[in-house]
Amino acid sequence: MIKPRDDKDFQACGLFGVMDRSGERFNGKMVVEAMKNMHVRGNGLGGGFAVYGLYPEYKDYYCLHVMIQDWNEDAKREVDKFLDANFDIVHDEEIPTNEDANVVNPPLFWRYFVYPQKKGDDKRLSDDDYVIKKVMYINTKIKDAYVISSGKNMGVFKGVGFPEDIAEFFMIEKYKGYIWTAHSRFPTNTPGWWGGAHPFCILDWTVVHNGEISSYGTNKRYLEMFGYYCTLQTDTEVMAYAFDLLMRRQKLPIEIVAKILAPPMWDIIDHMDEKRKKLYTTLRMVYAPLLINGPWTVIVAHHGEMFGLTDRIRLRPITAGEKGDLLFLSSEESAIRAVCPNLDRVWTPHGGEPVIGRINEKALKKVVE
Amino acid sequence: MKSHLLPDFIVERIEDRCNRCGVCVKQCPWGVYSWNDDKTDILIDYTKCVGCQRCVVYCPNNALIVKPYYGSYRPNAYWTKDIISDIKKQAEQGGVLLVGTGSDRPYKVYFDHILLNASQVTNPSIDPLREPMELRTFLGRKPDQLEIEIRDDDIEIKTELYPNLVVETPILFAGMSYGAISKNAFLALAMASKEFGTLFCTGEGGLPKDMREEYGPVAIVQCASGRFGVDPEYLNCAAAIEIKIGQGAKPGIGGHLPGEKVTAEISATRMIPEGTDALSPAPHHDIYSIEDLSMLIYALKEATNYEKPVFVKIAAVHNVAAIASGIVRAGADVIVIDGFRGGTGASPKVMRDHVGIPIEMAIAAVDQRLREEGIRHKCSIIASGGIRCSADVVKAIALGADAVYIGTAALIALGCTMCQKCYTGKCAWGICTQDPNLAKRLNPKEGAKRLVNLLRAWSLEIKDMLGGMGINAIESLRGNREHLRGIGLEEWELRVLGIKGAGE
Repeated sequence: MIKPRDDKDFQACGLFGVMDRSGERFNGKMVVEAMKNMHVRGNGLGGGFAVYGLYPEYKDYYCLHVMIQDWNEDAKREVDKFLDANFDIVHDEEIPTNEDANVVNPPLFWRYFVYPQKKGDDKRLSDDDYVIKKVMYINTKIKDAYVISSGKNMGVFKGVGFPEDIAEFFMIEKYKGYIWTAHSRFPTNTPGWWGGAHPFCILDWTVVHNGEISSYGTNKRYLEMFGYYCTLQTDTEVMAYAFDLLMRRQKLPIEIVAKILAPPMWDIIDHMDEKRKKLYTTLRMVYAPLLINGPWTVIVAHHGEMFGLTDRIRLRPITAGEKGDLLFLSSEESAIRAVCPNLDRVWTPHGGEPVIGRINEKALKKVVE
Repeated sequence: MKSHLLPDFIVERIEDRCNRCGVCVKQCPWGVYSWNDDKTDILIDYTKCVGCQRCVVYCPNNALIVKPYYGSYRPNAYWTKDIISDIKKQAEQGGVLLVGTGSDRPYKVYFDHILLNASQVTNPSIDPLREPMELRTFLGRKPDQLEIEIRDDDIEIKTELYPNLVVETPILFAGMSYGAISKNAFLALAMASKEFGTLFCTGEGGLPKDMREEYGPVAIVQCASGRFGVDPEYLNCAAAIEIKIGQGAKPGIGGHLPGEKVTAEISATRMIPEGTDALSPAPHHDIYSIEDLSMLIYALKEATNYEKPVFVKIAAVHNVAAIASGIVRAGADVIVIDGFRGGTGASPKVMRDHVGIPIEMAIAAVDQRLREEGIRHKCSIIASGGIRCSADVVKAIALGADAVYIGTAALIALGCTMCQKCYTGKCAWGICTQDPNLAKRLNPKEGAKRLVNLLRAWSLEIKDMLGGMGINAIESLRGNREHLRGIGLEEWELRVLGIKGAGE
């Protein structure tokens, strides 16, 4: 199987996300239908889904979806040994797949529900940071093993193929969740690799992304100062780490983060009232290296929240739609209309203006506690 | 002693164009032209010509051609005419050879071995004629992160911020002292900075009192080893303070302004007696180590109520990365790295031509080192020394600089032709002289106009290059080496620059 080359990965893509803000779970049929509608946005070299509210029976445990390249038995053994040494494994099983699906050379997928067993220096780490550290170890140190998702009560399913093929392979329509995000990939310079498909995930944060970041070098080198090393050479990785740094570690809300990643022009800032001017100027001054330049759209999700954002001059637009508690985000309006013809509202936000879906508090308790 | 030197230039006069008007006699401060006894003809002594081209530009009849003297010694790739001439000069004078401007030696120019990227298909280029393209740059220390408190509709920044400077283009004017250059040249730099929204550095010669109110806010005032002109008002009237440790043209040595150039006004500005040599020591005698630098940085911050960023300027030398890291930790807000091509009004030729390293390498090494140590955001980096065009600016920023200083390029805009005779004080263009008759040749208003034009032209070109790369804000270029590719470079050179080779 061919792995990505050691250079930057260019891609264009189709994105879709849907959330039930009441926390009601629904199956994957709708999201697969929407992705089929945007078939031509991908080229069959990558598709994937993230599902939140996926494993209510194990919601207190981190769920690791692990991909074993080439069904490498040594890798599987090593992962088992490593996880056993660092976690309590509450349950583990092969992720069921459909052998008749139209995919080539699928790797082995295994899921582990685990609880951290911190020892020594690691005791100082929070559970989340501990999990990140161990996931990074597996991804970089154990040959042929990759953790493709690592959050609680959620999971990522992805691979090489059109999204509908990947859906068939993982039998996605059987799963239920209250947020679904999906991705169809059109890479221009890699032959496609199961690990390179989206969504990209750390803990319960997932990112699906479309675009090419012209500020890649600047962003990547800034993130390195905070301990993030971009090993996959994809723009999406930069996006994911930027969100992790700003939202999880620095605890900034998306409303602020949007103005860091896709800030307004100076011309607009200069005409704001003094208070806003100071805020926006300071954000741009301090976080200049995290301005994400070039054309992009992202849909980011974590428990309780899903949002979409485009670049500052909207070179890759996103369309949002609402129907009751359902919030849709999509690369194309047609994909939303295909699954929900009678929308209450549909709109295309301005560049840098986030569309945010938040679950109501009661419902959030239901999913995460 | 009979001089054995060959002439440097030869002057040719097109006789049927020349009407013996005498402009050349007036314009040439070097004594090349003189009237004959009965004022019927103009005599030419081309052995005195330095090639400044003043007479050529001002000859109303276009009758003059000044070109390098073509007579030479037996061709020799090792004992070149330059080498032979230098030996003869020293044999005749027994002293250090002095020169002006940056090194003219044919060392490899790394800027010319780096190519830029542009968008095609997968990423749209952005058209600067139709879309905003932002060059605004902040210089100074940035916090690790912002803490923001949100209460109902009110958002407040809790993090304490350090003073930063704002420039509307990432191009500033490098330190060139009043004394080395004329008041008119100095004024032109100040006026242009104010008009364009950038800054100029005063160099080590102080800031004349009559300029402080109007141009202090666009001045970076220097505090060099001679401490010329440093007083509390000087420090407090400025936008920032620069501690000059070294200069790319002469790393490791101080400055020397000959007494003849120390006129009454310069004496008042520098606070030294009229007519005395202004010698700045090689080191600061209160800085023999990094902790001493830190004390000076904080002394200056105390003196200015922590309201002004403190710059530290060093020459690019072998261990520049480690030195820069120490400077950041010592509390500097901005580091200026001056490459070995950096200009000067006067330097021993041997220092200018043999000491230091290229600015491209220095910037790449410093930027990388500060990132590895996680302190890159704690300071801004200004690349200085040999920035010739807007492409050099873009390449320097992509290698890791926040902004650049231009000195030589600014003087060329004012009229300089790089004749390298700045140390003589006889600059025919009125730039590097204190002779009132020569200095008045430079009209500060017109000079400022030329400088503003240059800044505008380069800024427009930078916008074009950025747009081509699909970038619409200069901060997205900073340290973005993905947009650079080397050509004709060896593996180690690519490694130091942190860039890939073309086609990779």
